[in-house]
Amino acid sequence: MSLIDPENTIPEARSPFSEAWEMFRGNTAAMIALVILCLIVLGAIFGPYLYPTDPFDMVWAPFSPPGADGFILGTDYLGRDLLAALIHGARVSIIIGLAAAAVSILIGVTVGALAGFYKGWVEELLMRITEFFQVLPTLLFSMVIVALFGASLPMITFAIGVVSWTAVARITRSEFLRIRELEYVMASRASGATNAKLMFRVILPNALPPIIVQAALMVGSAILFEAGLSFLGLTDPNVVSWGQVIGSNRQYILDASYTVTIPGLAIFITVLCISLVGDGLNDALNPKLRSR
Amino acid sequence: MQILQAFAIRSGYAVILLIAVLVLNFSMMHLAPGDVADTISQSMGGADQELLDKIRADYGLDQPFIVQLGRYIGGVLQFDLGFSFFYNQPVTDLILQRLPATLLLVITAQVLALLIGVVMGVISARRPNGMLSHFVTFLALFGYAAPVFWTGILLLIAFSLKIQWFPVAGMMDVSVEGGFWFRAGDIARHMVLPVITLGSIFLALYSRLARATMMETLGSDFVRTAKAKGLSPNQVVYKHALKNSLSPVITLAGLQFSAVISGAVLVEAVFSWPGLGTLAFQSIIARDTPTILGILFFSALVVIVGNLLTDLALRLIDPRVGGKG
Repeated sequence: MSLIDPENTIPEARSPFSEAWEMFRGNTAAMIALVILCLIVLGAIFGPYLYPTDPFDMVWAPFSPPGADGFILGTDYLGRDLLAALIHGARVSIIIGLAAAAVSILIGVTVGALAGFYKGWVEELLMRITEFFQVLPTLLFSMVIVALFGASLPMITFAIGVVSWTAVARITRSEFLRIRELEYVMASRASGATNAKLMFRVILPNALPPIIVQAALMVGSAILFEAGLSFLGLTDPNVVSWGQVIGSNRQYILDASYTVTIPGLAIFITVLCISLVGDGLNDALNPKLRSR
Repeated sequence: MQILQAFAIRSGYAVILLIAVLVLNFSMMHLAPGDVADTISQSMGGADQELLDKIRADYGLDQPFIVQLGRYIGGVLQFDLGFSFFYNQPVTDLILQRLPATLLLVITAQVLALLIGVVMGVISARRPNGMLSHFVTFLALFGYAAPVFWTGILLLIAFSLKIQWFPVAGMMDVSVEGGFWFRAGDIARHMVLPVITLGSIFLALYSRLARATMMETLGSDFVRTAKAKGLSPNQVVYKHALKNSLSPVITLAGLQFSAVISGAVLVEAVFSWPGLGTLAFQSIIARDTPTILGILFFSALVVIVGNLLTDLALRLIDPRVGGKG
């Protein structure tokens, strides 16, 4: 090998993942955001075991400010521990965020892939349906779904997912339209690959980078979305979530503004970190931006 | 008159979209547990099966799905969206009372966000490392991550409760009498915080995109030519480059109408703004299905009209936008 490349200038072949990770690691803001995000997720998983106070229990006098009387974040209008609400609420907010994003990515990728792969009337029909969903104001539409069919967690997840897939569908479609004309796809087609194989084994893996970035942002939007719904009271009354804490305390901002500002800060930091990680992923996965 | 022709095609398509919204609306009403007969019997404190059947027959609920759907669409074409048993009023009247407040809020926020966003984008594109440019970057992150109702409450705490500059809630102070200008000023004072809350999200989007497209345009050949022939920097930016950077921002703004309405629902809830969002919220709590679906229909109508106007604006600004699509 040294005969061909005596000075060892040809870099070793590396997997696309390690290459992307290398890029991502260089992005300080994204790395810090990733660390904070991991801490939040760990807190959501293990927090309720370490801090088992029931967020619905009235444990102390109402409106006890943060730090006083041994309650780190104070108590709300019913004397419930705000820290407990924050820790237990993290689970619901994050799980719904992830699940709703998964639903919308599943729908979006399927619609976009079919439209971009088959073109013709399939594309026309599917893109008209996508446009239809873009016309309905997302929050109102999911409020209607939750109001008509009940405010259970699966229904809320579905209601968020079913209204927010259109961006994913558009991105997937345009990637499929671009990639399906490339030579290696032609080659697989010529060597007898079935349509299903072409779509999911040949084109989809190459269309993934922008979809992954969008997926990260979707999780953030879904968390915001859930917060909005539960702020309005459209949530399962038996579980606590960040938005719901804000919604139930908002009449008392004059007495205890921290009951609203602190849970909002939790949502803000989580979504901010997700969006910074999304930016980092975008830089790492988008080959056009790579300087080499 | 190619523009008119294209506009007519888009309008025809918009009507089809609206009918699709109606079909969806009606199907959801049909699928949801409970119907009008249940609502009426509940408000009467219960009814026996015979009476329920009679109510169903009176309202045509015993007819096949497709007949009921036809009646519903026929009704909407005559501006009849059903009757709200909770408010004891036709849904159309109810919505038309609340629509102006929402439109005022939504349009003011959109227009201000668009104007200020473009100005901020242009100025920061000319100085990519200036203060304003950093502010645009910050605003883009903040605008995405901060829940809009939380921003609203923070502004409320700061500017209505701590420093009492602006009223806490509502759209006007009905306890004070005054002429037209007094009333306009009163409403404007009530509008400041809701408009800032709602507009800031979109200001973040538009200013960032305006900066990006403006920077791209400033690097293009025709701008270099304009500079080379001796135009002043201001002339280059505002006469040549700006026009070419506007289309993407307006396209984005057109796509945001549905998001603006979603945001308005939350902003109205925070500031007790008497618009469609508050009505939606109240009627959901009251389980008033006809009103809820009527609002969904009207908001889709607002989005569709907004999209049509955006399309028209784009065609007027940039003749290259053509075709039927």
